[in-house]
Amino acid sequence: MTDDLVEELLTGKHRALARVITKIENRQPGYREIVSRLHEHTGTADVIGITGSPGAGKSTLVDKMAATYRERGLTVGVIAIDPSSPFTGGAVLGDRIRMGSNVGDMDVFFRSMSARGSLGGLSTATTDAVKALDAFGKDKVIIETVGAGQNEIDIVKMADTVAVLVPPGSGDDVQMLKAGILEIADVFAVNKADLTGADRTVQELREMIQYRQGDVSVDAGHHGPGAGMEDLDKPGEDADGWLPPIVETVANRDEGVDEFLEALADHREYIVSAGRLAERERTRHREEIRTLLREDMSELLEEEIDHRGGLDRYVERVRERETDPYAVSDELLGPLAECVRRTREE
Amino acid sequence: MGADQEQRTVRCLVAKVGLDGHDRGAHVISRAFRDAGFEVIYSGLHRAPEEIVQATVQEDVDVLGISILSGAHDTLVPKIIDGLEEYDASGDTLVLVGGIIPDEDEEQLKELGVAEVFGPGAPMQEMIDFVRENVPDRR
Repeated sequence: MTDDLVEELLTGKHRALARVITKIENRQPGYREIVSRLHEHTGTADVIGITGSPGAGKSTLVDKMAATYRERGLTVGVIAIDPSSPFTGGAVLGDRIRMGSNVGDMDVFFRSMSARGSLGGLSTATTDAVKALDAFGKDKVIIETVGAGQNEIDIVKMADTVAVLVPPGSGDDVQMLKAGILEIADVFAVNKADLTGADRTVQELREMIQYRQGDVSVDAGHHGPGAGMEDLDKPGEDADGWLPPIVETVANRDEGVDEFLEALADHREYIVSAGRLAERERTRHREEIRTLLREDMSELLEEEIDHRGGLDRYVERVRERETDPYAVSDELLGPLAECVRRTREE
Repeated sequence: MGADQEQRTVRCLVAKVGLDGHDRGAHVISRAFRDAGFEVIYSGLHRAPEEIVQATVQEDVDVLGISILSGAHDTLVPKIIDGLEEYDASGDTLVLVGGIIPDEDEEQLKELGVAEVFGPGAPMQEMIDFVRENVPDRR
């Protein structure tokens, strides 16, 4: 069954691609084997992450991006991630509504995903879904997500190029950007640039990028005019100068989209040169393996906890001050650690 | 939560097809489905049958709920079902139709492969239960 599915996906059957992503999302039995088999067929797609605050116009821009890539004869895969209710697990995934420019074009494969499950789970599922699209043969894979927290940042980080969308007049959003999204942006797009305040937002962003250059606390090691506070030479990835460009777009009128894609292509060219792409890939696989290890490990632990009669027993003892969380962790992990060490010595 | 722990969630596409601008019902159902713990993809208004087919296939939904109040169900629904067949998606997608459907058309739709037709005033819980009981088992 999984054999057929992988074969069908590789031969370009849309239904098989859709079903594989479902299996990935559901973590259905056999999905690991599928992803393992797909891995060798990946590595050709250009992965682009799009993030920004709700209402920034991400979906509309993604729609226009997809249409423009299609005009150029490229195939496109899109994964749009929306939040799900932490209470019921339910979700309304609305990004598809904006995909009006690609009606009936199966070569734009658009998939909505909800942020179901745990923190690590979503980034694993997204990574795997990107692999499926990559193995299917998509030239461009776009990951679209609301930039609201660490979770989302982890997701877009696996893209080759990350674009952050900023709507005009978003003083507060700019504040939010400072909290972490700014650092991951390779390209900025001030969308809805026809609204008043766009110039000011561009100006604010420009200032912040300069600040980022001079700021030693982030890993750019520039010594531009703004630097000088510290004299440490930190060879960060941007050490020899990628300055995130700011592009003004009006996505719903298809303005600035070409310039935006140009900026993405420039960045792509920049990372491909001098082996930076390989370095990014290494970082990504490192993260991927670590995340997977953490998840698999925690699953093994869950199994052990269940075997010992569940966590509640320990919780009650902690509450009664008979033991403490550290002691419980030692007690549960102790045998595992011992077993690992014993096997290693043999 | 381990990487192998299965997380099955019912996925639904709530679709508006054709020249029918009444989406209050579709919105209400989307919310009720969401609150029942389903993942709901809403198509937006005025969609062509091909768009619905494209969305159903790509999103790999368990349930396709088509809302039609314009009376065009007898042309639009068959187009959608044909499209699903083209992509091998008709067999394991639960197709529901909601809206204003005359009784004599209901039988025809069911012959085409529509699992159930829900008219005005159908209790929300009834629909949710129906979905839960009839969601295709895809193993």
